[in-house]
Amino acid sequence: MEPFTLVDSVAAVVAIPNLDTDRIVPARYLHNPRSAGYGQFLFYDLRFGADGQERPDFVLNQPSHRTACILIGDANFGCGSSRESAVWSLHGFGIRVVIASSFGDIFFENCFKNGLLPVVLSEADLMRLRADVAKQPLVPVKVDLERQHIEAAGGESFGFSIDPFRREILLLGLDDIGVTLQHAASIDAFEQRRAGQFPWL
Amino acid sequence: MNTASPTSLFEKIWQAHAVTQAPGGRTLLYVDRHLLHDGSFHAFDAIRAAGRTVRRPERCFAMPDHYIPTLPAQRSAPADKFRIKIETLTRNTSEHGIVHFGANDVRQGIVHVVGPEQGITLPGVTLVCGDSHTSTHGAMGALAFGIGASEVGHVLATQTVWQTMPRLMRMRIDGRLPAGVSAKDLSLAMIASIGAAGGTGHAIEYSGEAIRALDMEGRLTLCNMSIEAGARCGLIAPDDTTFEYLHGRPHAPTKAFWDQALAYWRTLRSDDDAVFDTEHVIDAGTLEPMITWGTSPQDAAPIGGVVPDPLQAQNAASRAGMEAALAYMGLKPGTPMASIQIDRVFIGSCTNSRLADLRAAAQVVKGRRARVPTFVAPGSGLVKEAAEAEGLDKVFLDAGIEWREPGCSMCVAMNGDIAEPGQRVASTSNRNFQGRQGAGVRTHLLSPAMAAAAAVTGVLTDHRKLI
Repeated sequence: MEPFTLVDSVAAVVAIPNLDTDRIVPARYLHNPRSAGYGQFLFYDLRFGADGQERPDFVLNQPSHRTACILIGDANFGCGSSRESAVWSLHGFGIRVVIASSFGDIFFENCFKNGLLPVVLSEADLMRLRADVAKQPLVPVKVDLERQHIEAAGGESFGFSIDPFRREILLLGLDDIGVTLQHAASIDAFEQRRAGQFPWL
Repeated sequence: MNTASPTSLFEKIWQAHAVTQAPGGRTLLYVDRHLLHDGSFHAFDAIRAAGRTVRRPERCFAMPDHYIPTLPAQRSAPADKFRIKIETLTRNTSEHGIVHFGANDVRQGIVHVVGPEQGITLPGVTLVCGDSHTSTHGAMGALAFGIGASEVGHVLATQTVWQTMPRLMRMRIDGRLPAGVSAKDLSLAMIASIGAAGGTGHAIEYSGEAIRALDMEGRLTLCNMSIEAGARCGLIAPDDTTFEYLHGRPHAPTKAFWDQALAYWRTLRSDDDAVFDTEHVIDAGTLEPMITWGTSPQDAAPIGGVVPDPLQAQNAASRAGMEAALAYMGLKPGTPMASIQIDRVFIGSCTNSRLADLRAAAQVVKGRRARVPTFVAPGSGLVKEAAEAEGLDKVFLDAGIEWREPGCSMCVAMNGDIAEPGQRVASTSNRNFQGRQGAGVRTHLLSPAMAAAAAVTGVLTDHRKLI
């Protein structure tokens, strides 16, 4: 996985609460292999009308925000289905940071496997950030994972917290399985112990 | 590692599976049971690309459910894009020596129906699957949660998964559900009460008199819907209802092992001094059949109620959300729920496709005719067989209702079972998200009996008036 670096980009605001993973990537595209590139399916029914034409009012269709790397959402972003392709779609489109007041638990976990940083801000901070971005939508927002810090256009800044294990995974671009296999001896010992204790399993 | 004696059911199972801990509080949990389906191909692709193997194939169980056609004619000759997924699962499981209930196996069905039905899901085990409705299995007293594709690959390769201990919520359901009010209604009322994010970051343990009185199928329905409240897992302490359900199931322990297991399972409950981060109480006796009116499972109202008015919303954001939901659903505030006309009905999904669900629907349908296109997709081949043995298929067919083959079908709408744009569907499934059952489709979630009532009247109807 590619290491996560400082992100400095305009931020696209999609202020929809409970934005579920079905809307992030509709189920009808999930038969595609990952190599097909899931960025093209991102927010499909929000980005495109029933006629297949782009909806010009949707933020990611605006020329200024087509290459945005930061997405600002609302509460319970990525709730619903466990489809990791929701994260692949965001990442494939170029998004590296999603900021929201809360996330669906599985989506949140999936982000860290793919170099996407989910940032949780309090509702008040999220509103402050969105207000700041609304005032100067073309000014980049800076997200610094190393310092756990966001700097917005109008000079507003926000700290955020993140579990150190997950932070390291992102910063170093570590492969989870590789990390876990370092514990192979513990897993072996656990299995042996468990087989004695719970022989019916 | 926390060495204090655990007091809650969740912590007891968690601690029994903790292999090691990482700085920052992450725990490496051992996985006893891993369910795989025809959408799991990404994970097999990933471990193959990394040159890894499956560590414990005997702990994995696979079956096609997401992509498999439910129309009998398509079942034997699926469209290419579905056939490839089904064949890929056959190939992946055979390559790695994983038990596979294939398309022609009577044991095939929706993973969350088949796990308990086969006794693969047992009290006290950890169970994962690359599907958010894995919360279902908590009904048997298992610690069960959905994971993403990378985690599926991780479990295949290591038989473990990194987790952060969630907060614990106790949802106590006092009293008894009135006649005609089901576990589905309870779950929708619960989600309406705490919100679709009310359980985020939590494991929910359901307790109380109404839970003890619920049959196994009702408990599975309730735990299934935990994810719709944002909780990754739901949990019910196993009791005699659980043990009677499990005894004699193909993968359940037998003889001396059964006795040994049973003695352990009886310790699996929260102690009186267990501490929960969040507590809620619901009085089951006050509940009515529930139906959703919006585009989140939290948007639910009793059948006797009306479509709510966004002007009554607590704040501007919530008002905007309601307005968008009503615009998508094509509904006006104040409309009685029991006057909404529907275009079609779906009875099935991991939420409501078990024998008890089909019986409840058949009881309403019996002697009547469906007024709108309706089909039933049983949860597994064995559910289908059992339903046919008691003539339920005939009740549906006589009413002009299609009787299909098992699979996820129009819940996730990935196998070609989709509705038309603008159609209004009464559905026993779990998600009324925009576009879930097809682009532009409007979904109303409800119980099997309520879905049957909608089918025979063409309008959302209190099924209790038909019995």
